[in-house]
Amino acid sequence: MMYKIDQARLGELFAAIAEKKDLFLPVKKADQTDFALWTKEAEVDLDTLRTVKSPKDCFFPQSETLYNTSLEEGKLSIDAAALCDRDFVVFGMRACDVQAVKVLDNVFLADPVDTYYAARREHAVLVAGACHEPEETCFCKVFGIDAAAPAADVATWRVGEALYWKALTKKGEALSEVVKEHLTPAEESAVEEAQTQIRSIIDKLPYSHLKLDVFKETPMMELFDSDRWEEMYKPCLACGTCTFVCPTCQCYDIRDFKTKDGVQRYRCWDSCMYSDFTMMAHGNMRTSQMQRFRQRFMHKLVYYPDNYEGMFSCVGCGRCVSKCPAALNIVKVIKTMGGEG
Amino acid sequence: MQVENKKEFQPKIVAFCCNWCSYAGADLAGSSRLAYPADVKIIRVPCSCRVNPMFILRAFQRGADGVIMCGCHPGDCHYTTGNYYARRRMTLLFSMLDYLGVEHGRTRVEWVSAAEGVKFSTVMNEFVEKIYSLGENVRLEDLRCKES
Amino acid sequence: MQRELMNRAKELLIDETVVRVLGWKKGDLGYNHEPAYFDSPEELEENFVYDAFCGANLSKYMIEAGKQEGKTLVFLKPCDTYSFNQLLKEHRIKRENTYIIGVGCRGNLDIDKIKAAGIKGIESVDADGDMLKVKTVYGEKEMPFEEALLERCLACKGKTHMVYDELIGAGEKEEAGPKGNRFDRVSELESLSPEERFAFWRSELSKCIRCNACRNACPACSCLKCVFDSNQFDSNQKANADTFEEQMFHIIRAFHVAGRCTDCGECSRVCPQGIPLHLLNRKFIKDINTLYGEYQAGEDTDSLAPLTNYTFEDAEPGIVAERGRK
Repeated sequence: MMYKIDQARLGELFAAIAEKKDLFLPVKKADQTDFALWTKEAEVDLDTLRTVKSPKDCFFPQSETLYNTSLEEGKLSIDAAALCDRDFVVFGMRACDVQAVKVLDNVFLADPVDTYYAARREHAVLVAGACHEPEETCFCKVFGIDAAAPAADVATWRVGEALYWKALTKKGEALSEVVKEHLTPAEESAVEEAQTQIRSIIDKLPYSHLKLDVFKETPMMELFDSDRWEEMYKPCLACGTCTFVCPTCQCYDIRDFKTKDGVQRYRCWDSCMYSDFTMMAHGNMRTSQMQRFRQRFMHKLVYYPDNYEGMFSCVGCGRCVSKCPAALNIVKVIKTMGGEG
Repeated sequence: MQVENKKEFQPKIVAFCCNWCSYAGADLAGSSRLAYPADVKIIRVPCSCRVNPMFILRAFQRGADGVIMCGCHPGDCHYTTGNYYARRRMTLLFSMLDYLGVEHGRTRVEWVSAAEGVKFSTVMNEFVEKIYSLGENVRLEDLRCKES
Repeated sequence: MQRELMNRAKELLIDETVVRVLGWKKGDLGYNHEPAYFDSPEELEENFVYDAFCGANLSKYMIEAGKQEGKTLVFLKPCDTYSFNQLLKEHRIKRENTYIIGVGCRGNLDIDKIKAAGIKGIESVDADGDMLKVKTVYGEKEMPFEEALLERCLACKGKTHMVYDELIGAGEKEEAGPKGNRFDRVSELESLSPEERFAFWRSELSKCIRCNACRNACPACSCLKCVFDSNQFDSNQKANADTFEEQMFHIIRAFHVAGRCTDCGECSRVCPQGIPLHLLNRKFIKDINTLYGEYQAGEDTDSLAPLTNYTFEDAEPGIVAERGRK
């Protein structure tokens, strides 16, 4: 069922959601837009196509405490961090971000289930917006994602003065119920023109016609041993930008921090670009930047599809394309490895 | 001592003292029975020049409300020039902390010789007073290191 | 100029003066050129590019390239030569392994500024004139070249190369010197109250995602192992676990390059969160200039750096408190 709300009244909608649940949405802070908790003062920014960091943080935060230990009168106590027990809504995701959550689900919800992630996923409602002005760095189409019809719990479109709202899942319908007094019924057809428009722009984008067959057809070891890696990795500065802005990178590290009276064990995103990635007691099995660089792209384009029925763990959001300090990115890798369309 | 009527806030002060002058100065203050507040925790370093800016920041992270560095008077360094380098470093570091909005009273450098027990005691009393007036350090704090 | 550079590089490869060329490779979006090595005239012909989107400072790459056998030809813009000189001074590059072609520069463009001006879906950018002509999927757009310049170019150090073997294209177009006083913004921040300064930096630094792009792109950050990468240390270089960690990382990084930072602006250029990191470095430069005399890192290879030098009359650290707000 299609609903709509006047865009000028979105503040009321947000307030209504926030009354019942935590609401995360793109907020502009010091000139950059990232997902943050909604407050009355927050400068909500729905115009920026893509947040700097993906909404991954809402499900799998960059740093999260696992447990705290403390020593009191010779007695050691361990307090596990509480699991998420409050419903929350992530508003303003994009179709690619939604697909990225599916990529994460495959990893974290498979046995053994990651309880921290699972609790957050269970309490989350995803509200995604169609991309009305996709950019040249976008290539979600390559992965079969339709930016004109995001597959979230609720899909939204901004057409004219209105925001159109359509629940696609049970969770989405429940959310519509919560905010129904702010929504008025609308015609399904109202967004069709916008959808056609979006799809025609996406067709014209330079990366929309990449072909990834080469990664499925070539034997894994042949790709792994390709001498193209040696030339491709050279500009890489070994920073972690691509992995930290990536909506699907899921590697993490577990560390201890000595607090005032104990130890805090926390996990934080890791990056395969860093020299201490997968460091173990015996040392590190990847000893050069070339190997680490190769790991990232083999993981996205070969290992992950091999494990999950051909699903790539890139969603074409283009964040790494626009943020890499050395202008390297996954598209250049795809093209160099023979994936040009 | 002046601590009694200010029970609620007990500042933590870290004093980096060079081995050759200031630490001996503190010793002299002690053996001369000159009082200085127990809030001051002294860390002995071989030379004021050994104090890395990271030490200062780590002290704040670990709960210090004020950090003071003491070394030999310029010209008297046991290693001839160490304190001249330290002087430049600390000047720039303190200026940067000030630029980031950290109260400049929280950091201080004093040159204290081995004969200046009185100066050591006076400086520490003054500095502790100053930190009392500034209150708890919140701008360079690490929440994980606070009392839970 | 691109053709001229390419031809000269080919000559030097063919006559075996150099065995490889470090330059920029044409990107597939018209603005995303990447630093690259070229081993043959054919590769140069196919991919070499030099235009206003060659912002990357290649001096950083010379640290690695200089370790390889044989001479490397490197193209350096005027401001890049300061970084190169500084690295020479610190013995991080072998001069005899390098052949430097100083290239002319009329300023580099910031693609983020172009996008912030509402220009989306870029297909190609023509940056030859005073107006940028941008072809996009949403039609043709224009914007003044000046308004899209990188932050660092707004405080251009001038068009003179500090070190080179030969110059190509230098001095052509306008001889733009510094366009504005690079310390204006620093002074502005200094004049705020401590509370306001704290609020400003807290809001900027809390955006930090600890990706280390600033560190890894910085030519002055040339340590073999960074203190923040140490596993003997409970601070984590990749976790934004507490706001203190961001403060500490950026203060220590700025401090470690103080007196060595040439103000090349790579840190701010590469920051994915647009944190004005150059304002930290410029604060140190400004303080050094005022307290210890004018100093420009990378101008020469033999002077003592401000932090490895002293005078008997240096200001006492107490000056920070005495100075008050000006």
